[in-house]
Amino acid sequence: MRKIKSDIICNAVENLCAKANFELPTDVLKALKQSIVLEKDTAKDIFEEIIKNVDIAETEQIPLCQDTGIANFFVKLGKEVFIDDGDIYYAVNRGVSLGYINNYLRKSIVSDPLERKNTKDNTPANIYIDIVSGSKIEITFLPKGGGSENASALKMLAPSAGWDGVKEFVLSVVNNKGRNACPPLIIGVGIGGDFASVGLISKKALLREINSENKITFYAEREKELLNDINKLNIGPMSLGGNTTALAVFIEKRPTHIASLPVAVSIQCHSCRRKTVII
Amino acid sequence: MRIKAQDLVLNTKDLKTGQKILLSGIIYTARDAAHKRIIDMLDSNKELPINLKNIAIYYCGPTSAKPGAVIGACGPTTSSRMDSFTPRILKEGVKLLVGKGARTEIVVNSIKENNAVYFVATGGVAALISKTVKKADLIAFEDLGPEAIYKFEVEDMPLIVAIDSNGSNIFTRG
Repeated sequence: MRKIKSDIICNAVENLCAKANFELPTDVLKALKQSIVLEKDTAKDIFEEIIKNVDIAETEQIPLCQDTGIANFFVKLGKEVFIDDGDIYYAVNRGVSLGYINNYLRKSIVSDPLERKNTKDNTPANIYIDIVSGSKIEITFLPKGGGSENASALKMLAPSAGWDGVKEFVLSVVNNKGRNACPPLIIGVGIGGDFASVGLISKKALLREINSENKITFYAEREKELLNDINKLNIGPMSLGGNTTALAVFIEKRPTHIASLPVAVSIQCHSCRRKTVII
Repeated sequence: MRIKAQDLVLNTKDLKTGQKILLSGIIYTARDAAHKRIIDMLDSNKELPINLKNIAIYYCGPTSAKPGAVIGACGPTTSSRMDSFTPRILKEGVKLLVGKGARTEIVVNSIKENNAVYFVATGGVAALISKTVKKADLIAFEDLGPEAIYKFEVEDMPLIVAIDSNGSNIFTRG
């Protein structure tokens, strides 16, 4: 058994909060730079602003977006790790509290959805834990803005709807609410499971690197098909027209009930912030 | 084209949808919770912390300023969440609205009736926009945290006219 102190996790999370909000992942920046050549006029101007913003944010350590998000953590917790002075939930939440306060990130969480009182340190975080073999902890942080999250949607289709039904739903979500979610977008699609699990896999899909290919050929082709159709919608950067409405579509699937075909669409804005640390 | 907010609030007629401008002058931040509170105060005849006549409102909830900085990151938030409040706000005299994304037909008509203008800024470029803010003062509703009202003095803030005073709408035209 490997024993570790909760402070180690807390400090790593505090650091993740800052870095993820100041520095865009290189694969996302690369995709933005590749897309700018497809655009002209306003769409090109917007791309230029986005790329310039990435530079200013990193150089001056200013958040890329003022919406520094709800704090999502995807944790792979090695079963041989023992946190001997607390637990993973406490350690991560404490790291978020310190990270958001000490780095002047925006505190965007209200404790009650109807009473709406700000918790003032951006906690609690959403923490999803998978127990894995080994003695390491891998923590991936995905701060998610409210605007793009509001554009996400879920639908329980009939199995007879098939791929065509899935595709129609994804396109309708992008074409309606996705417009307001700061395109160019990254689209996470969950298919299967049940009402609860399909949303989670659609969000986990957003952790994939841009240009990474789905390991299953059938789904790799469906991803290309959807991306192609989405980019024909002429929504464009900031919904002002153009060829780049989405940078990527990622599909995750899981087994489901004989009566069900759940579909979830997680919409991610162009400020696709994520970062991983291994302890 | 460079434009001063104090001139623009007096004459919005010359701006046309699709134009790119650089705005300088005073704009007040107000988003969901501040809008709700303003409307509640108007409904109960309470005195507002700001005079809404001939001002610019920016849908924005900034991050806090680092020591030595004017303000933190401060890009636009989604305007449609303010749609239900906007006709009332415009009736009270607000002339310029700044946010991101499309508005309802009711808002478009209200902008036309009140000779107002709706601008969009690029979402998610909040570090870049923060460089155009030269002064920031907390004006009201401090308890709302990032949703408090700030008075920004901006210089050359890059905006696009999305709905002009004739009701021409960038999101629905051809």
